[in-house]
Amino acid sequence: MQLTIKHAEAGDSASARTAPAQYAIQTRRLNIHYGSFHAVKEIDLSFQKNRITAIIGPSGCGKSTVLRSLNRMNELLPGAATSGEVLYHGRNIYDPKVDPVEVRRRIGMVFQKPNPFPKSIYENIAWGARINGFRGDMDELVEGSLRAAALWDEVRDKLSQNALRLSGGQQQRLCIARSIAIEPDIILMDEPASALDPIATLKIEELMTELARKYTIIIVTHNMQQASRISDFTAFLMVDEGRTGFLVEFAPTEELFVKPRDKRTEDYISGRFG
Amino acid sequence: MHKKLRLGELVIQLTLLLFGVLSILITAGIVLTLGEESLRFFASGEISAWKFFTAAKWQPAIGEFGILPLASATLMTSLIAMLIAAPLGLFVAVYLSEYANPRVRAVLKPILEVLAGIPTVVYGYFALTFITPLLRSVFGENVVSIYNTASAGIAIGILILPLIASMSEDALGAVPRSLKEAAFALGATKLETSLAVVVPAGISGVVAAFIVGLSRAIGETMIVALAAGAGSALTLNPFRSAETMTGYIVRISGGDLSYDTVDYNSIFAIGIVLFLITLALNIVSRRIVHRFREVYE
Amino acid sequence: MNQAGPTVFQPHIERRQKLGALWKLLFLLSTLVGIIALAALLLTVINDSFGLVALQYEVDPASLGRDGRPLERLEPDELREILTARLSSGLIRRLESEKPLAERSREQLYDLAVERVAKLQVIESWSLAQSLLSRGEIRRWLEENHPEALLKFRSWVSWRFLVQPQASLPEKAGVRTALLGSLWMILIVVVVAFPLGVGAAIYLEEYARENVFTRILQVNIYNLAGVPSIIYGILGLAVFVRLLARLTSGALFGVGDPATANGRTILSAGLTLAALVLPLIIINSQEAIRAVPQSLRYSSYALGGTKWQTIWHHVLPGSFDRILTGTILAVSRAIGETAPLVVVGASTFVTLNPTSIFSKFTTLPIQIYQWTARPQAEFRNVAAAAIIVLLVLLLAMNTAAILLRDRIGRRRREG
Repeated sequence: MQLTIKHAEAGDSASARTAPAQYAIQTRRLNIHYGSFHAVKEIDLSFQKNRITAIIGPSGCGKSTVLRSLNRMNELLPGAATSGEVLYHGRNIYDPKVDPVEVRRRIGMVFQKPNPFPKSIYENIAWGARINGFRGDMDELVEGSLRAAALWDEVRDKLSQNALRLSGGQQQRLCIARSIAIEPDIILMDEPASALDPIATLKIEELMTELARKYTIIIVTHNMQQASRISDFTAFLMVDEGRTGFLVEFAPTEELFVKPRDKRTEDYISGRFG
Repeated sequence: MHKKLRLGELVIQLTLLLFGVLSILITAGIVLTLGEESLRFFASGEISAWKFFTAAKWQPAIGEFGILPLASATLMTSLIAMLIAAPLGLFVAVYLSEYANPRVRAVLKPILEVLAGIPTVVYGYFALTFITPLLRSVFGENVVSIYNTASAGIAIGILILPLIASMSEDALGAVPRSLKEAAFALGATKLETSLAVVVPAGISGVVAAFIVGLSRAIGETMIVALAAGAGSALTLNPFRSAETMTGYIVRISGGDLSYDTVDYNSIFAIGIVLFLITLALNIVSRRIVHRFREVYE
Repeated sequence: MNQAGPTVFQPHIERRQKLGALWKLLFLLSTLVGIIALAALLLTVINDSFGLVALQYEVDPASLGRDGRPLERLEPDELREILTARLSSGLIRRLESEKPLAERSREQLYDLAVERVAKLQVIESWSLAQSLLSRGEIRRWLEENHPEALLKFRSWVSWRFLVQPQASLPEKAGVRTALLGSLWMILIVVVVAFPLGVGAAIYLEEYARENVFTRILQVNIYNLAGVPSIIYGILGLAVFVRLLARLTSGALFGVGDPATANGRTILSAGLTLAALVLPLIIINSQEAIRAVPQSLRYSSYALGGTKWQTIWHHVLPGSFDRILTGTILAVSRAIGETAPLVVVGASTFVTLNPTSIFSKFTTLPIQIYQWTARPQAEFRNVAAAAIIVLLVLLLAMNTAAILLRDRIGRRRREG
């Protein structure tokens, strides 16, 4: 089943009517359970194309859960159940007819701890392209992806070296290169710099701003300064007494940090709880 | 009182140390007895080491001491066993580690453990009373003799299958989840993730499992004693009978054996070859596992 | 930004998923192979342990009757007459020494008569499958060839099977001596290998320092664990049987039996198995001891405990359940071993119960080996019956291991 864009038209099915062309992906009344545990409830978010959206909040509030629901990665955990919709190009990616493999090809993910394959640098990038049926010039693709991830100059003459020998920051950029090699629409990043030193973190942040020109970036971070520095929009999540996560406020970043509408947001930003 | 306690502690420590050293004694015992008697075997003048390893006939009664027939039979049964157990064992490991849900695992793993715990003499019985008749009915009674290396090889394969499966499963299960997630996030199917990421990442453990299985197959005695036949023969036909190194040792020592005859000493000569082969395999396999531990650092 | 996907990627998702489903089936079938093999093995054993037998008397009991009264109605005195007349004097002497004929009841005398004089024999046996499926054919064949024979359904595993010693006729054979031999093995292995093994493990985990000597010790133990069992048999032959013959045959203690002066005794066999099992016990105990948290040891030291006190009162109790389980599993492995004992010199025909550790020996697996190797079909039946006995014994031990571990583990946690 192909995922294609549907323009909003009168008479369209319910799932397509609220899909204006500027949104890359949206969640509608998203609820996620792990077994009997209600992880997040009633999440309504709309992520704009070619923008960086940050999801922040105290630890355990379900930020990663929400992020992983956007490319159906939470299904890999046992007992995960999702209700509500996640609309990508107007179609609900949780529709039973949709193959998660197809979803994940178009919505890529970079993880908190860099996880390159124990293969060569070249092969790390080539493998993803190969299984997705890449027909062009592989060398070109590898070089292009590494350039886009600002890693080419550092590894150009050691492409056959094992990727695990790179530094943490380099490995993370390799993981980014690996993701963009298969030409996704959206790149999800789960605290991509939290395992890295400050210099490497800075490089990643610069990279993200650059990447947003071509892709939609959605990032989870516990680092508020980072969110306020690089993101265009910010969503703030919290937990209720039952440890279920919910959306408190979602606004353009400047608004949320300078003039938050909700008192809880203001408390969190000013460090009154963490 | 302070001094008395210390003395007691020292005594205990020394005693336990002696217990530990006992294991060295056992190894020394094995090496010394095998070595000494083998030397006596080769020193008796009738047999040269060169002929021992290269001559193609093993008939001690007439003074022929070429180990090749026995070795080739051992090789055949082990190879047949590995042809069955290695791929199947790996597939079982992949299934258990990547596909099976907890309930299925809870049923399958105990079954594998039961298979592994059945004494080898029972497998020998199984080979003789079930596998051989089966082979004979499938391939014909004039093709398959009553004692043949194929039956023994198949039974040994079933014997080592759980061993290879469980060692491989440990290796595959140790692959970090983050690697699998990376593959899935690129739009890979479960098969692609398992074959291109998980198995290669755990390959050292899998190879080590294969080597341990091979070593076990080579040292296997009762199955070949019952099903493969007595009387050595240099043949590549798995449907004919042939005696393996272990089969020979058990046959000779089960009969009337006087000390210091050539027959008696030949047991040790064959024994030391067996010992060295399995020792080498086990050392290699442990080396590989050791190297594999560093892959994720 | 791509919409329908760039043409340079052709993911062929459906085809890949179909391939995945195929391979998943292949993986599943591989596991089924193991299950099927296990089922085939158990069914084969069961098939040969139960079935129809054709029984025939060598001497027709009807001819033993007197005055028109059949054998089963004769008086004890008359039965005794028949026995003394028909049996050899040697046999009578043995029967008398076991229990005087005068003291035997009429039923016992009748049984003796049927067994020894009339000599009920199995002339043919069939497997369970044949008995269930081809009953008619069997009956017809029997009528043609052995019209006087009786057809009965027989379980080769029976109480009689357990208490009878080995015999040259399969229908009389039993596993008594073999079973006792196996039990003796368990005893010796536990008494010898358990303290040595646990002791060595304690040394390696608690006392030994990280130096070359310790490394050599540890590597050596791992290597020994991988040595084929037949090599241990050769070791046992050279050392326990030959070298230490005076010790193992009891001559050193003056209790030897000339028949076992060659050193092929239960003691030799037990020591050989103990050596085989020792590395396994050491490795397992090491892992159990390692699993005890360091904090437990530290608390003990902090209260002024010595090293040994800490070990005896804290570390060992904390690891005992796993040590015990591992030992039982190692011992059950020893019970199943055949090759090393054949090399050490298991006796081929032992009918008397072993009286001490200096007696001749045979064990269950050896008995199975010998019976399986015989060409006569009925020996297959008793071999199968012996296999069932062995498997039941192993099952009992493994179940005991699991139960003990749970019981001890629970008691520790709940105090």
